[in-house]
Amino acid sequence: MSRQIVVPFGPQHPVLPEPIHLDLVLEDERVVEAIPSIGYIHRGLEKLVEKRDFKDYVFISERICGICSFIHGATYCQSVEKIMGVEIPRRAEFLRAIWSEHSRMHSHLLWLGCFADSMGYENLFMNCWKVREKILDVMERTTGGRIIQGVNRVGGVSRDIDAEELKRIASGIPGLRADFTELTRIFDEDLTVQTRTKGIGMLPRDKAWDLGAVGPVLRGSGHAVDTRCTGYGAYDELDFKPVVRNESDCYARCMVRAEELFTSLDLVENAIDRIPAGDILTKVRGNPTGEFHARAEQPRGEVIHYVKANGKKNLVRHRVRTPTLANIPPLVHMLAGCELADVPVIVLTIDPCIGCMER
Amino acid sequence: MKIGVMAITVLKNLVKGPDTIRYPSQPAKVTEATRGHLVNHIEDCTFCSLCQMHCPADAIKVSRPDRTWTLNQFQCVICGCCMSYCPKDCLLIEQTYLPPTTEEIIVTLIGPDEEKPEEQRNGGNRG
Repeated sequence: MSRQIVVPFGPQHPVLPEPIHLDLVLEDERVVEAIPSIGYIHRGLEKLVEKRDFKDYVFISERICGICSFIHGATYCQSVEKIMGVEIPRRAEFLRAIWSEHSRMHSHLLWLGCFADSMGYENLFMNCWKVREKILDVMERTTGGRIIQGVNRVGGVSRDIDAEELKRIASGIPGLRADFTELTRIFDEDLTVQTRTKGIGMLPRDKAWDLGAVGPVLRGSGHAVDTRCTGYGAYDELDFKPVVRNESDCYARCMVRAEELFTSLDLVENAIDRIPAGDILTKVRGNPTGEFHARAEQPRGEVIHYVKANGKKNLVRHRVRTPTLANIPPLVHMLAGCELADVPVIVLTIDPCIGCMER
Repeated sequence: MKIGVMAITVLKNLVKGPDTIRYPSQPAKVTEATRGHLVNHIEDCTFCSLCQMHCPADAIKVSRPDRTWTLNQFQCVICGCCMSYCPKDCLLIEQTYLPPTTEEIIVTLIGPDEEKPEEQRNGGNRG
């Protein structure tokens, strides 16, 4: 038996946009075990809920994450609306769905770029981010913010998208679809991508379920689980089928995300066709009482926002279960037995969002 | 599995030139909705402190006795929360981004009183 050594990976590493530390126990070049440690960027955002008005806290909940910010804000609003018994206008739900899907597309494109970068494929990285810019332009035009939209309110949304703008978004969809097709083709056919991803970081179907994986990690292992199927918000009216792959390796998780770009585009198109006219914001009076778990599908998987209130303007408790935390045990399983050179690629396939996870 | 799958894209990119702009020497893209920076029309301000109370980033300080409104632009996250509470609608967000800087910018605006006309210090009414 060869000698075991421990190689620290992170918190600062070129492939990691955010800090997580892994102690890799190696035997020669093979990883025997990976021991994660977290807690580098805890900001205490959940505690702030005790000091802020529950309506102002929407802006803080959006800043939990710098990528899937919109869906955090929308899910927090959903949970507060539920305990207050507020029925939000249908148009607001559709607008939230349109922005959520744009948010998913920009997150997946960002991830595809970072994933290409982890393989040293700079050219593909830049191309993914070039396409992402088109999505961010739509976000900026319609909400005023590229990444942090700031349009969610308890009771609806603060900004409407007029018919002309909806038409403009719809007219941009064929161009985006062509861009996505080209990117997917490259990920699907390129020798570099194939050799670095196929058969690497295996997460068998039953193991993914047992370890509680969520989002594209779970769907890449053959489970058709997507919170959008529960029909929250406007998703009950939109045609939707989760993307599932059965290969259970890094390639499967990559292709799930690439194919979800098309699903999101279809959902946006669908929502634009069916969006009803009407108000976008319901006036919310009084303070919330009660507790509720709201679930939503983020680009990285299922997020849960738990809120508890006791009739005062400050909530008693706000707790977020983010998808990255759920995907850490599957990551540890995937890393055991892999080559050291494959570690960056495998770590990226869970799409780690540490800012979100530690809040 | 193929080699050179990206060749056509690479050639196209070479011919087309860069997609990026050289910010800040070239101005950033802005839209009508862009949240660039916060400004206060101090002549309309009543120093009610609602903006200070609701600012999620604690970036605003208001003093009614001194008739001053202070904004720490490094702390301001340009969320627009203060605007939704302002009873006089004197707060608004302008589209342009502030230039990059290494030093904290604190803007203090002094409101006019009956006799004295509007005074400004530390950067004036740019917000």
